[in-house]
Amino acid sequence: MSVQEERITDQLNEKMSWRSFNEGVWTQQVNVREFIERNITPYEGNADFLQGPTEATTSLWAIIQKLTKDEIANGGVLDIDVNTISTITSHKAGYLDETKEKIVGLQTDAPFKRSIQPFGGIKMMVDACKAYGFKLPQDMIRLFTDIRKTHNQGVFDAYTTEMKIARKAGIITGLPDAYGRGRIIGDYRRVALYGTSFLIEQKKRELLELEVQVMSEDIIQLREELSEQIRALEQLKWMATSYGSDISRPAHNAREAIQWLYFAYLAAVKEQNGAAMSLGRVSSFLDIYITRDIEEGSLTESEAQELVDHFVMKLRIIKFLRTPEYNELFSGDPTWVTESIGGMGANGKTWVTRNSFRFLHTLRNLGPAPEPNLTVLWSTKLPQSFKEYCAKLSIETSSIQYENDDLMYPIYGDDYAIACCVSAMKVGKQMQFFGARANLAKLLLYAINGGVDEKLGIQVAPAITPITSEILDYEQVMSVFDQMMDWLAGLYINTLNVIHYMHDKYSYERLEMALHDREIVRTMATGIAGLSVVADSLSAIKYAKVKPIRDEKGIAIDFEIVGEFPQYGNNDERVDEIATSLVETFMNKIRKQQTYRKSVPTMSVLTITSNVVYGNKTGSTPDGRKSGEPFAPGANPMHGRDLKGALASLASVAKLPYEHALDGISNTFSVVPKALGREPQTRVSNMASLLDGYMSSGGHHLNVNVFEVSQLMDAMEHPELYPQLTIRVSGYAVNFIKLTREQQLDVIHRTFHASM
Amino acid sequence: MTGRIHSLETFGTLDGPGIRFVLFMQGCALQCQYCHNPDSWNTQTGKVVSVADVLAEIEPYIGYYRGSGGGITVSGGEPTLQAPFVAELFKACKEKWSLHTALDTSGFCEPSHVEELLSYTDLVLLDLKQMNNQRHEALTGRPNDRILKFARWLSERETPMWIRHVLVPGRTDDWKDLTALGQFLGTLNGVERLEILPYHRMGIYKWEQLGKPYELEGIGAPSDKEVERAYHIIAASQKDKD
Repeated sequence: MSVQEERITDQLNEKMSWRSFNEGVWTQQVNVREFIERNITPYEGNADFLQGPTEATTSLWAIIQKLTKDEIANGGVLDIDVNTISTITSHKAGYLDETKEKIVGLQTDAPFKRSIQPFGGIKMMVDACKAYGFKLPQDMIRLFTDIRKTHNQGVFDAYTTEMKIARKAGIITGLPDAYGRGRIIGDYRRVALYGTSFLIEQKKRELLELEVQVMSEDIIQLREELSEQIRALEQLKWMATSYGSDISRPAHNAREAIQWLYFAYLAAVKEQNGAAMSLGRVSSFLDIYITRDIEEGSLTESEAQELVDHFVMKLRIIKFLRTPEYNELFSGDPTWVTESIGGMGANGKTWVTRNSFRFLHTLRNLGPAPEPNLTVLWSTKLPQSFKEYCAKLSIETSSIQYENDDLMYPIYGDDYAIACCVSAMKVGKQMQFFGARANLAKLLLYAINGGVDEKLGIQVAPAITPITSEILDYEQVMSVFDQMMDWLAGLYINTLNVIHYMHDKYSYERLEMALHDREIVRTMATGIAGLSVVADSLSAIKYAKVKPIRDEKGIAIDFEIVGEFPQYGNNDERVDEIATSLVETFMNKIRKQQTYRKSVPTMSVLTITSNVVYGNKTGSTPDGRKSGEPFAPGANPMHGRDLKGALASLASVAKLPYEHALDGISNTFSVVPKALGREPQTRVSNMASLLDGYMSSGGHHLNVNVFEVSQLMDAMEHPELYPQLTIRVSGYAVNFIKLTREQQLDVIHRTFHASM
Repeated sequence: MTGRIHSLETFGTLDGPGIRFVLFMQGCALQCQYCHNPDSWNTQTGKVVSVADVLAEIEPYIGYYRGSGGGITVSGGEPTLQAPFVAELFKACKEKWSLHTALDTSGFCEPSHVEELLSYTDLVLLDLKQMNNQRHEALTGRPNDRILKFARWLSERETPMWIRHVLVPGRTDDWKDLTALGQFLGTLNGVERLEILPYHRMGIYKWEQLGKPYELEGIGAPSDKEVERAYHIIAASQKDKD
């Protein structure tokens, strides 16, 4: 085809694909947000229109259930293709049952067969293969040890001695230095709306614009990245061709839109085993195509639901090869395919569509599941019928999390999505450098023990004079703790700078970044763990008498508390103020540091399930928590300490300042069904009111679990009876039976709000 | 004015409509064998607080209570033992926030003592434990005539009522007693709802802590079916009367 002919074909394709859409600048340049605003059909009605699973859906889901069972029986991993390095085009097409799948595409040539993704680090691959009874060929190990460097190797080449010790002691942990960092959301919708040709053209123009006089370091880096992005888009097109689809052009109908979008996502997970590979905000975007097809008479409601069910089924079986230790830290087999649903548009109309309902409805058609991580962007202005449907499904499935749209919209506008658990970012315009978290509870012990680690007995923080007084003095502890925070903030950011420099260099997310604008906002997302432990500890020191019990080396190994002290979680300003100022203080220290690529520092109060591992690695604390005991998850109060009921507990958490924790503040709310009310309808309306109340009081995030504790205990004893039992942990959901026993006990011991 | 309280719950959903602030008063005149809060009986213990103290505890959550069609419920213990305190609290809740107010009571009180309190009360949650006077005395330590009189008085005033009956197998689930309860309810005005609360054993540890002998040892919680049956009997006998 000549260039002339190609142009004409492109124009015909666009005309056909974009038929009956309201036009705007989005037809000339990439602007998905404007496309949505001009074409969305908000839905204020109830859930009566929803359809059950089709026969094809049921039969495909049965295949997955069977494979899931086999996988568990096989020790957690069913199969690994050890001979192929995963890239966008590495594997030939794979299917569950080609005759029944409306949406196709697998990470390898067979379902549940995991792939080798060594660019983040070869060690993770070697160890994971070994742990699950497979063996990586020697050639491949050599390739990624001696010939091609990985991200992991790069990081350890540059890590300082202090960074390595800090990592070992667990003062900073969960760092993405041995695997993909994740938490980057490609705007996968762009592929459906524009096709790859349009996107490649735009990227080529951008590359041409960078032929400038001075080739500075950042221009060189950007030019290399753009070239990689273009290459990735070409490969994406090629991958789709292997499934018989031509995605160089825009999608013509709903099925193609979902398929094109999924191909783009699939390419991303084939190339990156990022810690969190989130989907973005696709459901209401896709509704525009579905609505058009239904209006044109080419799609029925049942067929629309089938497309969504098949798509979601694919998202549920995204799998990465990781070591058991990794899974122990994060629980189960997490992928964080987070999908953001609902929210409000800038024009004051809701972004809730029929497809918002359809996505949630997969929890009924396919049963509960941790993935995709269904995240409702909750505004008090959402349609009441949608609020109640969410509440109802939360009560039924414990599979939904809620984040405050009224709080986030003013910062991110209306087209943002959640990466991982609680990290908001503008889709296609913002990315983050994921930074795991620092253990502030341990840091407090360092302040008391002169920088010596209470578990390892070695000097980790700079040597300062240990506190030797018989009773801890609040002012003295605070002053040393403040110095310790200065030290940690510096070390922490330096460590992250090393990690992300190397990740960009050795494991750049070219496909995900190809689905971003060229000029983007980058954040450096730090995090803290142990907030409630530190707040209560400082409160005990301030309001009661805390006497350290020291071992022969002078290290405080336990604490004796005399007297009462206010505890975080009771809406008591005396201690809540300690917690809020802690967040602000540490964030301000983070802000002073110099960050890689001029990224904007942010912070989260989030632990996922690592609260158990952090607790394990931390000695007894002045709040009365014993050595090794878990922390509370995320920003939750310590269990059993909130004595005034759920609202007081929610109020304490809602006080934490979001402006100083822009990467999210996670709160997990667990309740027994009866404590929501006597009748089913009352429970639904109370749950919806609870969410409205929490969000209006400034809370950021809420996981909702509705369970009888006895059911969880039964599931511990008889896991085979609960293959789909899903429970929300900090910012995420897991299969309860995939948790370690320790984590299961932690969940059970946590506060389950119940009233008698 | 001050009152003696046992505890408070910011997220109550079982004692009246919507999400409610539930204040548990200290002190009770009855000693029900199934009580799950026996530590709330003693009139000399608990925490002394002012009305202003309680209002300050409520204030942060007003949005939840109003938004859900909820309000405040004062329970116990027995709230009518401290009627003037509760009256002032309800009055303030009305004036400040137009909050819905509910009184959760055993009804073991003199109407004249609670006239003012009732004028600020939107809903009474009334426990009718046992229609048979002898069995009532065995179960609670007191006769039921005063309670039934109180119920009739509420009925005359047409105060909205939710009647509650704790179903204890072998103690309060006899067909005759349930029929009598149904018949009595048939004579009352203002009964908006009947709630049968299945007996549960979650409060036993408190009896142990207090060193009190637990008389219902060996009795289990009723099954869903037994609860269903009780509803059925009461509803049927209520209709008979009509």
